[in-house]
Amino acid sequence: MTRKAIALTALALLAAPLVVQAGGPDDDELVINGEIEITTKAPAPAFLSDVMDEVISGWHFRSDETQALEADDFDNPGMIFVDKAREQWDTVEGTEGKSCASCHGAPEDMAGVKATYPKWNDDAEEVRTLQMQVNDCRTERMGAEAWKYDGGDAINMVALLSAVSRGMPVNVAIDGPVQATWELGKELYYTRTGQLELSCANCHEQNYGNYIRADHLSQGQINGFPTYRLNNAALNGVHSRFKGCVRDTRAETYAPGSPEFIALELYVASRGNGLSVEGPSVRN
Amino acid sequence: MKTTVALASVIGIVASAVLADTTAPDDVSFTEYGEVEASLTGTAGDPAKGAEIMTTRSKGNCVACHAVTALADAPFHGEVGPTLDGVGGYRSEAELRGIVTNAKKMFDGTVMPAFYKTSGFIRPGDAYTGKAAPDDLPPILSAQEVEDVVAFLMTLQDS
Ligand code: HEC
Ligand code: HEC
Repeated sequence: MTRKAIALTALALLAAPLVVQAGGPDDDELVINGEIEITTKAPAPAFLSDVMDEVISGWHFRSDETQALEADDFDNPGMIFVDKAREQWDTVEGTEGKSCASCHGAPEDMAGVKATYPKWNDDAEEVRTLQMQVNDCRTERMGAEAWKYDGGDAINMVALLSAVSRGMPVNVAIDGPVQATWELGKELYYTRTGQLELSCANCHEQNYGNYIRADHLSQGQINGFPTYRLNNAALNGVHSRFKGCVRDTRAETYAPGSPEFIALELYVASRGNGLSVEGPSVRN
Repeated sequence: MKTTVALASVIGIVASAVLADTTAPDDVSFTEYGEVEASLTGTAGDPAKGAEIMTTRSKGNCVACHAVTALADAPFHGEVGPTLDGVGGYRSEAELRGIVTNAKKMFDGTVMPAFYKTSGFIRPGDAYTGKAAPDDLPPILSAQEVEDVVAFLMTLQDS
C-alpha cells in the first residue's frame, strides 16, 4: 500500500459507519379521504408472467411522510391543480362558444375515462393519449388553441380527469389496432440507451426495490400520474418523467408528445393494468 | 512573442508525450475473460484521486450502485451492484481494469456501464443534457482516471 492509500483508509475508519439502505416495497395500504380504496399491488398482467408476479405502485417505495400526503386531498399539493382544472372545465373558449362542460357535463361524468388511455381512435386511426384527445376536443369542437404537450394547462386537466377516476383499475387495451404501437413501446422499454447503456427494464424491472444512490427504485408505473413531485414542487406529466429518465442514461432524449413516447406510454400503462388510477399522486 | 512560441512548443511536447502512451478506447485489448492487462497510460494510478472519482456524480459515481465502506464519507451508497469491500484482495489489477473499462466483457449483459468506451451506443447524449452527443464523444472517464480508480480498488483489501 502507498502512503496515500494508508492515510485514506485511516480517514475512512474515523468516518461514520456506512449506512446500508434497506430496499423493497412496504406493506402499507392507501385509502384516500377515508373512502377511496386504492389497489397499490395487483397480480401482474399475463404478458409479464416471465419477469414478475406482482405490479406495485410507486407509492410503496416512498417514505411514510410522502405517502401520508396522498391519503387526504387537503394534504395533497396536487389537488390545487385539480381545482384550477375544474374552473377551466367550465370556461368557454374558442370560436364555437363552448366549454368542456357544454359537451361532457360534470367532470365526475368522465369517471373511468382515464383508466383506458392511451387508446385507439377509430376516426383518426391513431393511438391517442389523454392529452391528445383533450387537444382534439379543443381544436375540433371548441375552435380553441391546442395546449402545449405536458404544459401546465394540459397537465392540470389530466390531473382532474385522473382524480375523478381514482380507485378504478387501469385497463389499457394491448391488442387489436394498438398492437403495433404497443410492440414499439415494448421495444423502447428494453432498449439500452445512452452512454450508460441502460434500459427502463434495467432499473425498473431488474432493480425495483433497490437503492440507486439516494433513490429508491420503483417499478416506474404510471398509474399515479400526473405526480406532484416534492423535488420540483410541480405536477409532472408522464412524458416529462420519461424524458428525465432517458436523459439520466446519458442519452439523447425524445420530446414529450413524440410518437416514441406515445408508444412507450401505452406500453408502460399496460404494465400497470390492474392497479388503481391514483393521480394526482405525491412523489419525491 | 518569443515566450509564446517557447511555451507552445513545450505544451506540444507534453501533450504528445501523454498521447504516445495512452491507449485509445477503441484500441484497448481485452483477454478472453475480460481482463485488461496493460496500463492504459503507463503512469501509475493515484488512489486518492480514484476515491474522489468514485464518489463524484459526473465521473464514476460508482457508489450510486456499490456500497464501499472506505468511502462512507460520501452519503448514500446504492445496492444495484455488489459491495466492493475487499475486491482488491480477490480480484487482480488486470480484472479490475477490465471491469472499469467495460464490465460487459466479463459480465455479459451487466447493468454496469462501460467507463472507457466511445462507440457503439444507441442515441448517445452529451453528458446529462438530453441533447445529442458531439461527434468526438469523450469516454466517461479518461484513461488516467480509469488507472486512478483501479489503484483505489486495489487498496480495498479487507472485507
Ligand atoms: C438509471 C436508472 C433509471 C432508468 C434507466 C430509468 N429510470 Fe425511471 N426512475 C428512476 C428513478 C431513480 C426514479 C425515481 C424513483 C422511482 O419512482 O423509481 C424513476 C421514476 C420513474 C417513474 C415515476 C414512478 C412514480 O411512481 O412516480 C416512471 C414512470 C419511470 N421512472 C419510468 C421510466 C421509463 C419508462 C424508463 C425508460 C425510458 C425509465 N424510467 C428509465 C431511474 C431510472
Ligand atoms: C448502474 C450500476 C453500476 C455502476 C454505476 C457501477 N457498477 Fe460496478 N457492478 C454493477 C453490477 C450489477 C455488478 C455485478 C456484475 C454482474 O452484473 O454480474 C458490478 C460489478 C463490479 C465489480 C466486480 C465485483 C466483484 O465482486 O467481482 C467491480 C470491481 C465494480 N463493479 C466496480 C465499479 C466501479 C469502480 C464503478 C465506477 C467507476 C462501478 N462499478 C459502477 C453495477 C454498477
